[in-house]
Amino acid sequence: MERRFDPRLYQIGALTLLLLYGLTALDFDTTFFRAAFVIGAAIGAQWLCSRIWSVRFDPRSAAISGLSLALLLRANSILLLLAAAAIAVSSKFVIRWHGKHIFNPTNFAIVAVMIATPRVWVSPGQWGNVAFFGFLIVCLGGLVVNRASRSDVTYAFMAAWAAVLIGRSLWLVEPMTIPLHRMENGALLLFTFFMISDPKTTPDSRAGRILFAILVASGAWYVQFKMFHTNGILWSLAACSLLVPLIDVLLPGNKYEWGRAVSRLRGLVVCDNSATTRPRDLATLAGGIS
Amino acid sequence: MIRKYFMLAFLIAANGHAFCGFYVAKGDAKIFNHASQVALVRDGDRTVMTMANDFRGEPRDFAVVIPVPTTITREQIHIADKALIDHLDAYSSPRLVEYFDYDPCRMVAFDAQRMPAAAMSKMQVANEERARSLGVTIEARYTVGEYDILILSASQSNGLETWLRENGYTIPPGASSVLGSYIRQNMKFFVAKVNLTEQTKLGYNYLRPIQVAYESPKFMLPVRLGTVNAAGAQELFVYALTRKGRVEATNYRTIKLPSDVDVPLYVRDDFTPFYKALFSEQVRKENMSTLFTEYAWDMNWCDPCAAEPLSRDELRKLGVFWVHDTNGGAADVFLTRLHVRYDREHFPEDLVFQETGDRQNFQARYVLHHPWNGSSDCEAARNYKQSLRDRQEREARNLSSLTGWSVEDVRRKMHLASNDTSGEKKWWQTIWQ
Repeated sequence: MERRFDPRLYQIGALTLLLLYGLTALDFDTTFFRAAFVIGAAIGAQWLCSRIWSVRFDPRSAAISGLSLALLLRANSILLLLAAAAIAVSSKFVIRWHGKHIFNPTNFAIVAVMIATPRVWVSPGQWGNVAFFGFLIVCLGGLVVNRASRSDVTYAFMAAWAAVLIGRSLWLVEPMTIPLHRMENGALLLFTFFMISDPKTTPDSRAGRILFAILVASGAWYVQFKMFHTNGILWSLAACSLLVPLIDVLLPGNKYEWGRAVSRLRGLVVCDNSATTRPRDLATLAGGIS
Repeated sequence: MIRKYFMLAFLIAANGHAFCGFYVAKGDAKIFNHASQVALVRDGDRTVMTMANDFRGEPRDFAVVIPVPTTITREQIHIADKALIDHLDAYSSPRLVEYFDYDPCRMVAFDAQRMPAAAMSKMQVANEERARSLGVTIEARYTVGEYDILILSASQSNGLETWLRENGYTIPPGASSVLGSYIRQNMKFFVAKVNLTEQTKLGYNYLRPIQVAYESPKFMLPVRLGTVNAAGAQELFVYALTRKGRVEATNYRTIKLPSDVDVPLYVRDDFTPFYKALFSEQVRKENMSTLFTEYAWDMNWCDPCAAEPLSRDELRKLGVFWVHDTNGGAADVFLTRLHVRYDREHFPEDLVFQETGDRQNFQARYVLHHPWNGSSDCEAARNYKQSLRDRQEREARNLSSLTGWSVEDVRRKMHLASNDTSGEKKWWQTIWQ
């Protein structure tokens, strides 16, 4: 049987590079130790949950969640980071609907701890807007998305969000440097290529996914430009994820299943931030919970 | 005659040519030109903004136009004492500390010096009908302290621009479209000029800071208007007083100014040029695209203190509405001092802020070490003298790296021999040790 490279390894590599770049060149407000701690905590939580739910332990998805948290979430207290890692991983096991995760684990953990305590924060400005960096992250993210499938949601979100930003600036008669500056943001690219692209938490049909992307962009517009609240895209993704079961009913499609994905991609184990188990394990898990 | 105006978000004078001059007040040391100082007290949706300036021109030439998110009533405007901002500046300034080496054969830190940072016509009443015909509504008209204040709303930027021009304001080319974007966001315009009669009556020979309290979810500073006609970059100091923790920009990077660096002793007498050069060099290194945190500290204490923390009374006067004189215990105030140099090219959009949960203290602090000059002779003293040369070389390199000054010039000022540049032992010095 032909063996192909697991795309999660691409994702882990890309996120690791970004984290190293952020820590060394961008003065991220965290440390190597804290980043390692969060990643370790996520993997530890995955191990524990695997034991509790009796599924095979696979650290890769948890590593992706840990890396994403290390890139995005900040707190003075290391215990809050530990809690976020535990929430991210355990949400994959606990919050499910018809065998699908409801929330992207990292997104859910960030939103949950931000609601629970004012002592955590996300710094969307930490990336700056260096064009080279944006280009780099797009290339890396694009690579991951193209290999992971369901890239339509990423492209749809990019188009919808660009339409929101450019449309708003046209309405306000602002120069185009303003929407461009907002788009040249590492946090946005990370979200677009590594978070919203999660195949297990997006609708099953292509039409549903495009609708989902438009809803997320619209929600982000509302949070950012009507409520004037920071991190509109993160809040919006979490809120819109709750609509995914409804979208799946209205616009049904083929459920994302490991077996089909594997056959379509000739043995490639397609995965995402939320991938926790192999096909047989997943079925067992879904059956056990339902 | 060159007329001078102080520019915050958008400050313009009646007629004349734009100039944004702003000098440090303390000791008349001229530190940063084109600078503004703004204190932002923020909790929830409530904001109290204090805008200070050190405008040195003719008072009748002073004018300010600031986009504000809501209509402002008379009770929401206050004129503050300039000493409040000076105290905030002094408390949060980058500082130099010095240590004296002990006799190595047998430490005390002093706060050596602090750097004050940016110590930085009556308006013709417009015919209201004319204003209306231009789509400009004078929402309110107040005289507060030495200022005549108008709150304007407008339906179109051209009308507002025309109205401002007809009323003696100099509107730079390109301002109209910027005004237009604020109009579409339903923002109002806070317009202030000096009332010379009131100023004479009050007896102030300088312009006091204007304070505005308002409630809006927008936590931002409109800087776009200020960049329209600016000759070069502008300097802005933001003192954010919050409850939860540090404040940072959400649409630009916010990084800490390099701190806790050992620098040569002569910086003690050259701290003003040092701070200026250091900031300019950091701006250059970051391609003028970041804000710098210069201070982030719980207002209840400091270590070392460049100035005493602000009293409860001062905090109240600055608008810290959650602190009461009767409160016991510590004042729940966290101060963030941000410093940014900006222009239109690098800062295309207004500054948007968020309050984080970060309560870690930070200060921009530079360290002097006075060598021990005693005559004791022992093994430790000999080792000390050996290491001193290395330390001084490190200090020279630190200073050069921080400020962009030539390391040769620094060595010359330190009276270090330049031919021994590495500060490392020669290879043969280590063979037989």
